[in-house]
Amino acid sequence: MAHRVSLFVTCVVDQLFPKVGLAMAEVLERIGCQVDFPEAQTCCGQPAFNSGFRAEAREVARYFLSVFANAEYVVIPSGSCASMISHHFEDIFQKEPASLAAARAMSPKVWEFSKFLLEVAGVEDVGAELHEVVTYHDSCHALRELRIKQGPRQLLRKVRGLELREMDVAEECCGFGGTFSVKFDELSGAMARTKIDSVVRTGASAIVSIDSSCLMQLRGALSRADLPIRTMHLAEVLASR
Amino acid sequence: MSRDNILHKVRTALGRSVGQPPPPLPPPRIVVPTISIDAKIASFCQRLDALAGKTHVASSAADACDYVRRIVDGREAVASNALLLHECGVTALPSVRSGITDREELRALCATAAVGITSADYCLADTGTLVMISSREEARLISLLPPIHVAVVSRDRMLSGLDELLSAVPLPADQSSSMVLITGPSRTADIEQILVRGVHGPGEIHVVIV
Amino acid sequence: MSAAFDQKIHETVSNPALQLAIYTATGRLADKRKSAVADDYLPEYQELRDQASDVKKHTIDNLDYYLEQFERNVDAHGGKVVYCKDGSEVADFILGLAKEKKAQLIVKSKSMTTEEIDFNERLEHHGLESVETDLGEYIIQLAHERPYHIVAPALHMTRYDVARVFTEKLGVANEIVIEKQAGIARIRLREKFLAADIGVSGANFLVADSGAVVLVENEGNARLTTSAPRIHVAVAGIEKLIPRAQDLATFLKLLGRSATGQSLTVYTSFLSGPRRSTEIDGPDEFYVVLIDNGRTKLLADREKRESLHCIRCGACLNICPVYRKIGGHSFPWVYSGPIGAIITPQFMGALHEPALPFASSLCGACAEVCPVKIDIPKILLSLRAEVKKTPPRGIPERLERLAYRIWAWVMRHPRIYEMVAMAAASLAPDSKNGYIRAVPAFLNFGPIRGWLSQRDLPAPAPKSFRQIWRARSKP
Repeated sequence: MAHRVSLFVTCVVDQLFPKVGLAMAEVLERIGCQVDFPEAQTCCGQPAFNSGFRAEAREVARYFLSVFANAEYVVIPSGSCASMISHHFEDIFQKEPASLAAARAMSPKVWEFSKFLLEVAGVEDVGAELHEVVTYHDSCHALRELRIKQGPRQLLRKVRGLELREMDVAEECCGFGGTFSVKFDELSGAMARTKIDSVVRTGASAIVSIDSSCLMQLRGALSRADLPIRTMHLAEVLASR
Repeated sequence: MSRDNILHKVRTALGRSVGQPPPPLPPPRIVVPTISIDAKIASFCQRLDALAGKTHVASSAADACDYVRRIVDGREAVASNALLLHECGVTALPSVRSGITDREELRALCATAAVGITSADYCLADTGTLVMISSREEARLISLLPPIHVAVVSRDRMLSGLDELLSAVPLPADQSSSMVLITGPSRTADIEQILVRGVHGPGEIHVVIV
Repeated sequence: MSAAFDQKIHETVSNPALQLAIYTATGRLADKRKSAVADDYLPEYQELRDQASDVKKHTIDNLDYYLEQFERNVDAHGGKVVYCKDGSEVADFILGLAKEKKAQLIVKSKSMTTEEIDFNERLEHHGLESVETDLGEYIIQLAHERPYHIVAPALHMTRYDVARVFTEKLGVANEIVIEKQAGIARIRLREKFLAADIGVSGANFLVADSGAVVLVENEGNARLTTSAPRIHVAVAGIEKLIPRAQDLATFLKLLGRSATGQSLTVYTSFLSGPRRSTEIDGPDEFYVVLIDNGRTKLLADREKRESLHCIRCGACLNICPVYRKIGGHSFPWVYSGPIGAIITPQFMGALHEPALPFASSLCGACAEVCPVKIDIPKILLSLRAEVKKTPPRGIPERLERLAYRIWAWVMRHPRIYEMVAMAAASLAPDSKNGYIRAVPAFLNFGPIRGWLSQRDLPAPAPKSFRQIWRARSKP
């Protein structure tokens, strides 16, 4: 079954963590998908939406809809971007029937990466191997808006040599929240440090998540604390061989 | 007048007119399980014991009275006018005052008594709760002011839980100005989340089922 | 944000003892809630939430009908409903009543609504003594503080703080044993209960088909407040209504569990009117003061009206990672936590504290635990948009708006986006393991400075994903 997958890598991955996008593409190709990358892509509009600038968010959202209009599946290495598109585009286009219709048509095509693997491709074991002790961070939008909880854990359990240990605050927010991280920097930092303390207690050498923004926040805090724990996107773990 | 102003503002905010009937209300969710009396009694005792209440399933009226006598231990006690207490001989115990109908007298006694003895209108099995409906037989303060509360309840008053109570008594206001659900001894954790009992209601509660 | 908000946040976040107190207390309550609503313990939890949400929506959407029904039933049972526009009218009513009945001492059980209207202060100003009887409220009244948490008012205080307050205000010898401190309060307050002329309570629920006030508590002070004095006055917001006594089968199951993990609190009182002729004790007079104080304004906003469904359980506070760091006193009004964040701007105007709706990472944990399913994140986002529609306050806000306008344009022009990204990447200093600890002064402003104050910044990748992909795709 050769699903045609269009990658929406997100601006964070594009500019800061391209390896995540490459890993995602590699895994998708490995399981038999035909992968393309519409070059005209930029952003889903979430930063403007979360900051209260709905007009600007609409402009960028409209652009997104036009770039991916002909996609069969849009697969994204981020729960928050996926839910922005599949859940919140409707909120901002309430007064624009044409865009609202386009958003509703787009919504079922949009898939966060781990959900796509499990529910569309029907694959749990992608043939990955990584000898490491990791812990998993539940990204908020993925967890609560897309109900992604067991899926990534199922995928991780099939990675040969991988040991998954749960931290006691897996579901607690890492403190990123977009511009929240810089508008309320002290508070955001305190939230990150609470997560880090819990990670340290697990003895894991890496934190895995399905959202690069969370990983950026956590890794930034780890780096500042000079802790050797690394962060890996689920795609990078699954691409490991 | 504030009443008319406020109601007017409410209607305007909601886009409703005076006397407009509302659409149908979803029916209340009442689910009454079928459980045997013995299972209910067992559940009641388990729940209340877990809350540091003390329960005693009496073998007879005399046994019940005996239990109460041991708790009272010769101290000043006030009993309500519940018939069951009289029938069990509790009101005849020395140092137990009962039959009081004057409010001031009752209050003064409750303020100094060591034990308050009542019956109860119902028990709720799934939470270990006593249901006390204020009446000629049961005053409010007896189960509230003294530091120890003892309730002697008939086993046929045992209900499965809140749903069954509200099914049996859908309009408590028809009967009384006060229905109180009592679930264990009074407690607070307001200082450093450390549990302290007996502030301000009774710190010790006994339920005798007869 | 306002300097005051910023300062209060900073003071709380940088205080390790306070951080520990808030985090552990809320964590304990949140864990208890989680166990109490777990599948094996309450399998009907989601059903109950749906029912509660539906019933509250119906009631609020038809509030006038239920207010009138409530009033008829209060009358029928010998009580009296008094509508008050605001705190000033409530005070006028109480003062009038006190004068008429020659009352001097009031005992009070816990009521956030009375905090909202500065009830005690208003009465004390006119020479009436109004004593809080809930242990936590008693302590903070003595300390002249505001409650820290909807359910646990003195959450932030240690036994040493309490000892100090008791010694200073009650004149007792220094006592640090918690049980003994509670004992001191018990004795003092017992005197007050038995001497008081008027007992003032709040109301957890107002029951329309019964004309009843429902009070939920663990201590017994609400029972004493409403049973010992001759007059009982319940003060409640108009939104506290539920249609039927039978609806308590839903709401009581949710309230105790959501607040403290208890299947029922120790005492639940269902009070309708003064004592009946056959009853031996109880109040002779019963009043229910229904207060607006801006609630009709919230009612008028269809999108955010569900904010009024709140049953004040505090679950959202206990789960909120932000509340658990900044605590109750950082919030600008008496209501704190996620519910405080959404109702404060609605009551006080978005400009009262424009930064408040932004003090959230939108994690959504609050919506997940709300027993009546209020979509708090959605309302926060709506409030954010409202704030951004008001004129900017100062240069940084003007710059922010301009930045987003430019950003939106750039994001619609992928080649420009690439150029801007490459330019930004070229300015980045060298990184260690891909993370930057510091930047040159000319870059250390705004968001970059904010980020670097707490954590290291990821360096831009040497080649972006699209550059790599483009190269890969070339034959």
